[in-house]
Amino acid sequence: MSADTYTLPGATGDWEVVMGLEIHAQVVSQAKLFSGAATAFGAAPNTQVSLVDAAMPGMLPVINSHVVEQAVKTGLGLNAQINKWSRFDRKNYFYPDLPQGYQISQFQFPIVGEGEIECERDDGSRFTVRIERLHLEQDAGKSIHDLDPNSTYVDLNRSGVALMEIVSKPDIRSPDEASAYVSKLRTILRYLGTCGGDMEKGQLRADVNVSVCKPGAYEKFRETGDFSHLGTRCEIKNVNSLRFIRQAIEYEAQRQIDIIEEGGTIDQETRLFDANTGVTRSMRSKEEAHDYRYFPDPDLLPLELQQDWIDQIRVNLPELPDAKRERFVSEMGLSDYDASVLAADKDRAAYFEEVAEGRDAKLASNWVNNELYGRLNKEGLTITDCPVSAAQMSGLVGLIEDKTISGKIAKDVFEILWAEGGDPAKIVEDRGLKQVTDTGAIEAVIDQLIADNPDQAASVKEKPKAMGWFVGQVMKAMQGKANPQAVNEILQKKLLG
Amino acid sequence: MSVTADDVRRIARLARLAEPEDRVDALVGELNGILDWIEQLNEVDVEGVQAMTTPVAFPLPMREDKVTDGGIRDKVLANAPKSDEGFFVVPKSVE
Repeated sequence: MSADTYTLPGATGDWEVVMGLEIHAQVVSQAKLFSGAATAFGAAPNTQVSLVDAAMPGMLPVINSHVVEQAVKTGLGLNAQINKWSRFDRKNYFYPDLPQGYQISQFQFPIVGEGEIECERDDGSRFTVRIERLHLEQDAGKSIHDLDPNSTYVDLNRSGVALMEIVSKPDIRSPDEASAYVSKLRTILRYLGTCGGDMEKGQLRADVNVSVCKPGAYEKFRETGDFSHLGTRCEIKNVNSLRFIRQAIEYEAQRQIDIIEEGGTIDQETRLFDANTGVTRSMRSKEEAHDYRYFPDPDLLPLELQQDWIDQIRVNLPELPDAKRERFVSEMGLSDYDASVLAADKDRAAYFEEVAEGRDAKLASNWVNNELYGRLNKEGLTITDCPVSAAQMSGLVGLIEDKTISGKIAKDVFEILWAEGGDPAKIVEDRGLKQVTDTGAIEAVIDQLIADNPDQAASVKEKPKAMGWFVGQVMKAMQGKANPQAVNEILQKKLLG
Repeated sequence: MSVTADDVRRIARLARLAEPEDRVDALVGELNGILDWIEQLNEVDVEGVQAMTTPVAFPLPMREDKVTDGGIRDKVLANAPKSDEGFFVVPKSVE
């Protein structure tokens, strides 16, 4: 924990917040968890539904081996224990978009056990979140309530798509940490290629368990493992963006504090976050449904994994974000901050590595993080839509590095690359943008300037800062192509003696 | 282990079965009869025996990750009491 624990003031003193998150991550796969129907997003309603997904009588589920591999890969990426024996159970409840009347899930024996990941707060400090488990389960279909005033429309395309439910321990202590945890988890999943992580498309959905307690109580819980030290928790369902996660937690914690301070008690319940009002409200229908009557699914045999198969997956794991960040610092000499920013996104990291190949890594990192990302953000684009390729960017950085062009001219070349494309070296050659390092040419310009502005030249002796005006004039006269270092040296010599 | 009239009402509700009130007592008797009969299993000493999920000593059959099914919307919707524009249509079910 950081030195400053997040607290909320109340009439009876400060309160602390404790959270555990359940993340539903849609597994990247062609076909569903137990059927051969497609998983692609945005298809016409009920066109990606097999008779298994529609729960027609007599249909049997057959597990998708790739999905099992994806779950194991994710478990390894979360530094978690892989359970070589796991089992599928039926979780029974009624809802129109759940045609089976039960969800096939893993209750008692999940495929992945305890693990942990390191996350980074807004201020750059790091904290560990322990993972309780990861299990495989089926997604439900989609209910649409606004197509007709008196009916609900049901699309089963999503029914049976594989989800990984990733459950954290109650290690999250502030809205900032909750958002940092989800964002780190998403980064890891995207590096592994096991979940797309797009929250807008519902590929990653968060349920947040929130409770409040007095200072000191949480530490007692951590020492003893006894949950009775913590407050009663409420589960907030389906909070679908990092911003909403923060909002929902802030609202819910305050709601609980108000109830307790007015002498009330918190009911353990499921609540829904309303993004329009920023408020959470009770989901009454879910209360009874909490009696899920789990039992082993008789249609499925236990899932048994071989150690050598697990080892094979482990050997082929890609480099993960923490390792990449550390390598950017230790081998490439980047600052911890720059390395974190680059490693936090798989595509940005890959782009950077291509730019930095054979180049000065710090210079490459500055250009990718500042110029390129500044421009992408301004245009609302992502790195995958970037009009300037990594190879072009690498060429540009190379031209700065070998002093063919100055940093200032490089910005102009970047604009040309962005708007028109082309080879940076050829652009510089064709448009005569090469930096002038010929001191004779620079000297001539300077001599002329001093001769034309004797008063200004004299004033530099008293106010050395006034030399900036001369630098600007030289650059102007030479269309920015003069080597700034050479200009400075010659000016120093001529004006200050 | 035994069930009460309230348990029976609750189980019926969870299973979406409309059991008339005058059948509840009879069901309590029947269910408790079944539970008693199963209770006999407690006589077997299972000390040190691991719980068995299945008697089938066979690995879980698996499928490749290939799209081999779907695209049968009319079949899927064929038995639906009501459908529209390719959707199932059910009574309004929103909170």
